[in-house]
Amino acid sequence: MNKIEKQLLAMMENNSRIAPKEAAVRLGIKEVDVANALKKLEETGVICGYNTMIDWDKTGIDRVTALIEVSVTPQRNKGFDDIAERLCKYPEVDTAYLISGGFDLMLILEGKSLKQVSEFVTNKLAVEDEVLNTKTHFILKRYKDHGTMMDKQKGDKREKVTA
Amino acid sequence: MRKDLLSKKTVSLKPSGIRKFFDVVSEMPNAISLGVGEPDFETPWHVRKAGITSLEQGKTFYTSNSGLKELRTEIGAYMDRKYGLSYDEDDILITVGGSEGIDMMLRAILNEGDEVIVPEPSYVSYVPCVIMAGGTPVTIDLQDKYEFRLQPEELEKAITKKTKALILPYPNNPTGAVMEEEDLQKLVDIIEKNDLYILSDEIYAELTYTGKDHVSIAQFPGMKERTVIINGFSKAYAMTGWRMGYACGPREIIDQMRKLHQYCIMCAPTTSQYAAIEAIKNGDEDIQMMRESYNERRRIVVHLLREMGLPTFEPLGAFYVFPCIKEFGMSSEEFATRLLEEEEVAIVPGTAFGDSGEGFLRISYAYSIENLKEALSRLEKFITRLRQSN
Repeated sequence: MNKIEKQLLAMMENNSRIAPKEAAVRLGIKEVDVANALKKLEETGVICGYNTMIDWDKTGIDRVTALIEVSVTPQRNKGFDDIAERLCKYPEVDTAYLISGGFDLMLILEGKSLKQVSEFVTNKLAVEDEVLNTKTHFILKRYKDHGTMMDKQKGDKREKVTA
Repeated sequence: MRKDLLSKKTVSLKPSGIRKFFDVVSEMPNAISLGVGEPDFETPWHVRKAGITSLEQGKTFYTSNSGLKELRTEIGAYMDRKYGLSYDEDDILITVGGSEGIDMMLRAILNEGDEVIVPEPSYVSYVPCVIMAGGTPVTIDLQDKYEFRLQPEELEKAITKKTKALILPYPNNPTGAVMEEEDLQKLVDIIEKNDLYILSDEIYAELTYTGKDHVSIAQFPGMKERTVIINGFSKAYAMTGWRMGYACGPREIIDQMRKLHQYCIMCAPTTSQYAAIEAIKNGDEDIQMMRESYNERRRIVVHLLREMGLPTFEPLGAFYVFPCIKEFGMSSEEFATRLLEEEEVAIVPGTAFGDSGEGFLRISYAYSIENLKEALSRLEKFITRLRQSN
């Protein structure tokens, strides 16, 4: 990974919409170099998608986000991969991590109704043979997400003109 | 109140050009400003926390006049690792911002009638402080064609038998100019030959974009013993409101400064000193993050100004850009006032920093990129109208 790629990633992690022209000016490099670096990062899967950060609370649409702790029995030779990959096939699962500590897998289901989450847990997750137990947490309030404060105070606290 | 009863010297001081402009801007709540001379970042949280913790621990007393020993030790270590300059704790004075250091240094060295060379455009306090210390300011009009770097010929021309000291205000507010090693090298012999003291205001030392570290005049042979470096935490660590500065210099001068500081100030704020220890010990990453962020914004602003056809030299320090507006045939103040009235953008006229700022504007880029783009697109609208009407 070269310096331009690193700088681009650092910049785009917080703003994926930045235009290549602006990125080039900000980094003091040529636009074509930005385009080439981006292409490479996408092709090699370093950049694997562009998402939009939405504060759903502000839309009035009722959605819940569930964090589900899952304890499983690992399988011989396959460890946790087999069961994790099977669970990932469910479109309800947005995020899945293997976790160290008190449990094994962390599944995150975003933007579902309470009923959808409960159906997933009882009918799809708990019935898997390897799944020993589950613990479902619901997010009550999002303060900060992906480095962004959800209720950022706008406005400049400084005096308007100073020496 | 009769003015003639007041101090003639104080009454004769010109009010700061910034102040005048500030009063106009205050009347316009919707104006967007590029007029601020301080970082837009809040102080890093770990630094704020150190201040808070010191309060919780009841560290609410005076410190020694010079400032906390631990802080001075850390500053000494910093000067060593950054510049290879060795300062003992007694060669360092903790001041209330860099501003106090400037005042104290001048009062420590000047006798009535001594001349001090002040290159301009530069920070607004040098001339008044020289006057109040009994000295006579001799200004040098720095030039656009040299990117506002002080030239040896300019310095030589300004020196008389009465010259006591030179103020070196780099990296520069308001121009964003820097003096690189080879620029400073050319001044060394002249300074030595004329036996000048140097007040090197290096408050923006951490904010340079040359790809190299800032160089201090004190690093040249024979210079450290005649230089007081003024620095502080305001710009490097986004700590303007804490009022934390320091001066490093020859002990004879620092001793005199300490005496004045003791009578005027007692000691710098204790809470701020504890926060400053945390900043200087563990703040290198913060500085780097902020520097990179300023650098991106600097490039955008220079690019946009050049795109709209305003001659703009590349500023390699601080967080200011100094574009030239001479083509419009109006004074900087008139330009800034009309821009404010017509487009509601506040930009400080270059003349707020000395007569040689005429024909220039100081644009601060310590703002979010959205804010910069919006303000500059309004500036572009304004100058497009001016060009069409000509």
